[in-house]
Amino acid sequence: MKKFINAVDQVENEMIQGMVKAFPQYVKKLDCGNVVVRTQKKEGKVALISGGGSGHEPAHGGYVGRGMLDAAVAGAVFTSPTPDQVYEGIKAIATDAGVLMVIKNYTGDVMNFEMAGEMAEAEGIKVAQVVVNDDVAVQDSTWTVGRRGVAGTVFVHKIAGALAETGAGLEDVQAMAQRVINNVRTMGAAISPCTIPAAGKPGFEIADDEMEVGIGIHGEPGTYKEKMMSADAITDIILDKILGDLDYTGSEVAVMVNSSGATPQMELFIINNHVADVLATKGIKVYKTFVGEYMTSIEMEGMSISLLKLDDDMKKLLDAQADTPAFKQL
Amino acid sequence: MTTDKIITIIEKISAKIQEEKLFLTELDNVIGDGDHGINLARGFSEVEKKLSTMGDKNPGEVLKTVGMTLVSTVGGASGPLYGTGFMKMGMELKDTADVTVEDFVRVFQVAIEGISLRGKSTTGEKTMLDSMVPAKNAMEEALAAGKSPKEAVACGVAAAKEGIEYTKTIAATKGRASYLGDRSIGHQDPGATSFTMMLEILEGEL
Repeated sequence: MKKFINAVDQVENEMIQGMVKAFPQYVKKLDCGNVVVRTQKKEGKVALISGGGSGHEPAHGGYVGRGMLDAAVAGAVFTSPTPDQVYEGIKAIATDAGVLMVIKNYTGDVMNFEMAGEMAEAEGIKVAQVVVNDDVAVQDSTWTVGRRGVAGTVFVHKIAGALAETGAGLEDVQAMAQRVINNVRTMGAAISPCTIPAAGKPGFEIADDEMEVGIGIHGEPGTYKEKMMSADAITDIILDKILGDLDYTGSEVAVMVNSSGATPQMELFIINNHVADVLATKGIKVYKTFVGEYMTSIEMEGMSISLLKLDDDMKKLLDAQADTPAFKQL
Repeated sequence: MTTDKIITIIEKISAKIQEEKLFLTELDNVIGDGDHGINLARGFSEVEKKLSTMGDKNPGEVLKTVGMTLVSTVGGASGPLYGTGFMKMGMELKDTADVTVEDFVRVFQVAIEGISLRGKSTTGEKTMLDSMVPAKNAMEEALAAGKSPKEAVACGVAAAKEGIEYTKTIAATKGRASYLGDRSIGHQDPGATSFTMMLEILEGEL
């Protein structure tokens, strides 16, 4: 393993400290652990908290700031944070309007956030939650834990965060977050694995001429392996799956072409070139496109494509101002 | 089993988890996200620090502290699950000063119910429950048949090991392994494996 680190057990802590030192105008770290909150606490409006394992930077600390999150809780790499960490985050940002927890759909995340929510409610804090499950690579049925929460989560942060900033109530912010979840679909693929620092070796093996299709964001293998193919071909596979899952006919969409960490913008733009062309031929209008690192898996070479089906409310909120370390719309 | 014995057992469980950290992580690498051993080892290191101050507490309080420490230091899915299990056992023991194997089996049943509820899971989903439930049943039956406490726990360990073998034959429907669908078949569940290690320690201490 080759990484610019000092000690495997200090990775999360030193990363958060470095982030806070880079962006003191946006975020500060709580003394109790790896939780970042806005430097200027929001007052009287619904506060949003998200988080999960580390290794997905800029998610989620990079999205703490005006118009998006109020707190982000960082667990160990690819490991859900503990309930007391999340609870400290909730307490730090809680307002009378309440707190919305934006949870990615993983067994550990859901359990730990729910335990934290129960602790906060016992303290008289109003808490609501949404669970993001945008990954169409995973079969969704009553027999599984359901789809994973992946890059589409960033749209939830943006749109629900913008609504919270207007002073809307907790139920409305929760409903809007759910509306985004209902209308966003994502799928990814990877061509090289990533290494969790504490594990010291890659999470899966992949031959030079293969790719993992339906990759998750935790270095876990994809749903199946395929021979390596062109950018257009894998984009077609992903778009087929997404467009087959939700009816986008005649709608306007926000597109996100996301890097898993090591895939460069050059390749992301090549992918987006084809995404835009395919959507155009299908009569789906692209309202806004996001290309870059939004939800990574440390240094994995891979990418995901997300499509959010928009309505007028969502468009307005997507366009609203946001000012965070990793997402600026001014 | 008095407090001293319980503390010794937990210390030995911790040592075993530290020793098998990479093996458990390797199992998790194949079908999960490769952190089961790392996370449990981190949690049990913290547990060990707490144990030194627990000598004058009753066994129930010791187990409750173990559970709370796991919940607050492990993270992932195994933190809340094992944490809930130990906390439930601790709460159920109340102020019992000398824990028999009969007591253990009784409170273990409550732990299983807590884990099942927290993880919204049941047997047959390729989880730790596939070793825990058969182990509990085997221990109950052995005790009812008049076997000694040590023999009963040995029956539990045998059933837990069969449970591990069973997890190899099924696809996961809970946890991150479920994302692999049928690709998870053929691999044993890391949680069932770590639980079986813990029960083996108990057997060795009787």
